[in-house]
Amino acid sequence: MTDMPQKPELSDIPDAVSEPKRRYSIQLIWIIPIVAALIGLSLAAKAFMDRGETITITFKTGEGMEVGKTKIKYKDVQIGEVKGLAIAKDRSHVVVTAEMSKDARGLLVKDTRFWVVRARISGGSVTGLSTLIGGSYIGVEAGTSTERQDEFIGLETPPAVSLDMPGRQFVLHAVDAGSLDTSSPIFYRRMQVGHVIATELDRDGKGITIKAFIRAPFDQYVKSNSIFWHASGIDLTLNASGVKINTESIVSILLGGIAFQTPQDRIDAPPASPNSVFSLFPTRDDALKHAETVETYLLVFKESVRGLSVGAPVDLQGVTVGEVTKIDVVLDSMNSEISIPVEIQLYPERLRAQNRNKTQQVKPLDSRALLDSLVAHGFRAEVKSGNLLTGQLFVELDFIPKAKPSKIDWSTNPPRLPTVPGSMNQLQKKLMLIVQKIEKMPLEELAGDARKTIQSLDATLKSAEKLLKNVDGSVIPEARSVLLETRQSLEDVRKTLGEARKTLSGANQVLAVDAPVQLDLRETLREVSKAAQSLRVLGDYLEQHPESLVRGKREDKQ
Amino acid sequence: MTEITEMTVSAAGQGLCSCNVCNLVSGVERESVTAHCPRCGASLHFRKPGGVSRCWALLIAAYILYIPANLMTIMETGSLISYRKDTILSGVIHLWKTGFWVIAVIVFIASVMIPLLKLISLTLLLVSVQRRSRWHPRQLTSLYRLLEFVGRWSMLDIYVVTLLAALVQLGAMAVVKAGPGAVAFGAVVVLTMLASMQFDPRLIWDPLQKERTQ
Repeated sequence: MTDMPQKPELSDIPDAVSEPKRRYSIQLIWIIPIVAALIGLSLAAKAFMDRGETITITFKTGEGMEVGKTKIKYKDVQIGEVKGLAIAKDRSHVVVTAEMSKDARGLLVKDTRFWVVRARISGGSVTGLSTLIGGSYIGVEAGTSTERQDEFIGLETPPAVSLDMPGRQFVLHAVDAGSLDTSSPIFYRRMQVGHVIATELDRDGKGITIKAFIRAPFDQYVKSNSIFWHASGIDLTLNASGVKINTESIVSILLGGIAFQTPQDRIDAPPASPNSVFSLFPTRDDALKHAETVETYLLVFKESVRGLSVGAPVDLQGVTVGEVTKIDVVLDSMNSEISIPVEIQLYPERLRAQNRNKTQQVKPLDSRALLDSLVAHGFRAEVKSGNLLTGQLFVELDFIPKAKPSKIDWSTNPPRLPTVPGSMNQLQKKLMLIVQKIEKMPLEELAGDARKTIQSLDATLKSAEKLLKNVDGSVIPEARSVLLETRQSLEDVRKTLGEARKTLSGANQVLAVDAPVQLDLRETLREVSKAAQSLRVLGDYLEQHPESLVRGKREDKQ
Repeated sequence: MTEITEMTVSAAGQGLCSCNVCNLVSGVERESVTAHCPRCGASLHFRKPGGVSRCWALLIAAYILYIPANLMTIMETGSLISYRKDTILSGVIHLWKTGFWVIAVIVFIASVMIPLLKLISLTLLLVSVQRRSRWHPRQLTSLYRLLEFVGRWSMLDIYVVTLLAALVQLGAMAVVKAGPGAVAFGAVVVLTMLASMQFDPRLIWDPLQKERTQ
């Protein structure tokens, strides 16, 4: 292989125009990798800068949470994402690892609270509906502390009150929680002014502690003497004016709630300080009652108080002035007697109001002198029946004019008011006596006698029947023969009468024709009058003894 | 190899250069000068000018962008019930997990393997050219052809993302958005394609030629 053979052909090829070679100091193409590197670096730097803190939150369950999907949101703005979901070593809870964005750094302080936002229906409010389709997320409430923290304990329920909401918290004590729950509404004059934050059972298990939150403009209406009550139910009153239904709101009927009020005459009381403790009463009436000052008295009854229950009213001329709070039974072993001490609470302010009307003088019942004078005038307590059907009793305070003189025993605690046996009780006793008398009557013996009488009567009737049968068998045939005989004799009489008629007609003929015949006739007439005489005798006899027609002459029979 | 050693005469070796515009062949003096075509005046090159360094530049840029392309979100899909951000690999894993094995394999090969293989084989080509290596020139050439052919298929992912992003815009019901990773990935693909275009396969054979002429 040599270049020579091709040379002649190559000579035709023109030469290119040549220029001195330009020196490129920088090749522009290298800008591309530099730009790429810059982009890459900037991305890396951004990723590094944006890398937020990793925090851990512990929850009881991991319900609704998914790695890489569940967001952490503060005021509905995403500030982080769940990166890991693990079960704690002791398996008691779930540890959520979350990566927070850079701007959330300020939120990661000691009192920041985390909770899982799910759809919740409670306390008349429906929240978190969006989580039904969007999946649940972790809600955040910013804390105010400056102490940093990256391990948190998540709340199981959303905090009822956010830290930045102005208002005050109060503590309520109740016997039971009723239908109250977190976020149950609290009403003031039927307007919702707050809600329940938490309901907890007391440590000793004897009651419920409810934390209530009242929003800012309304919290001033909670005075130190305000009363709180369950607004859950319907208060239905049936009276002469018709049916009256009293309730706070439909929501509270369904879901429960709390209402509060400050008694009218003490509205100028100072506002309650935060976290002050109130009692929560079952109803408004209870609350009103308990809001008044209360004095306790003791009534001792010797009679049965069946039908008297705790809470029964104490009545003064039809006005409720107190209620029964306690009923005991005491056995006096000395006298082997049973007495029933009944504790009542009086609301002296109600009495005072009445006194004021009468005497224009504010003299509360609690002045002992007044009560003493009242008792001296026959002021007594007695148990009365409020309802004959149900047997409900109540305590009546009244003036009994004929009552035995008595005094209030101030030495005992509570002081003891004199009592009189109730009229109902006396009536009952009388009724009992009547019943006892009835019980004493020898009813069984009486019944036995009656039975015997009836038996003998039965025997008598039977013998009477026999007798009648005998009568049928023996007497009637005889009577029949007697009747037959009588008929024959009557026919004889009739024949005789016929003959007499013939005779009379013959005599008539005789009289009509000749006078001599009249002599004969006179004789004949004599004969006839004799015959008539004997007929009269017969008639008289028959008149006197008509049975002889049936039975004939007894003498003849015998 | 015998064949190759026998046919070692090249146009460049003869000092001849074809004009890229009018195809006039002219003799060019070696090195030192920038030649112009005597007929049309276009500049004449024996090989693509600055091919290797350009190729390197683009390749390095592609390497750099390959990292964010794989680490960053390529597609965000949001629907009523879910919202997810996928990188290429997480998308492949998701497809695999949900049972679309074939698609997962296709996406993996087209979007992960091929760009990576392209980068590596371009690097291999460049290194062998720069070191004037005479190692398997034929195989290297066929590798280059393969690169040229297969390069555009890596745009598959980008097509999918752009199509979905354009079509699926149903407001709150479903939204598909292209992530920043898609840009980086597209850049990687484009850069590798450009790089392979810049590469002059004749350079693979030059060492043999040069050796012969010397």
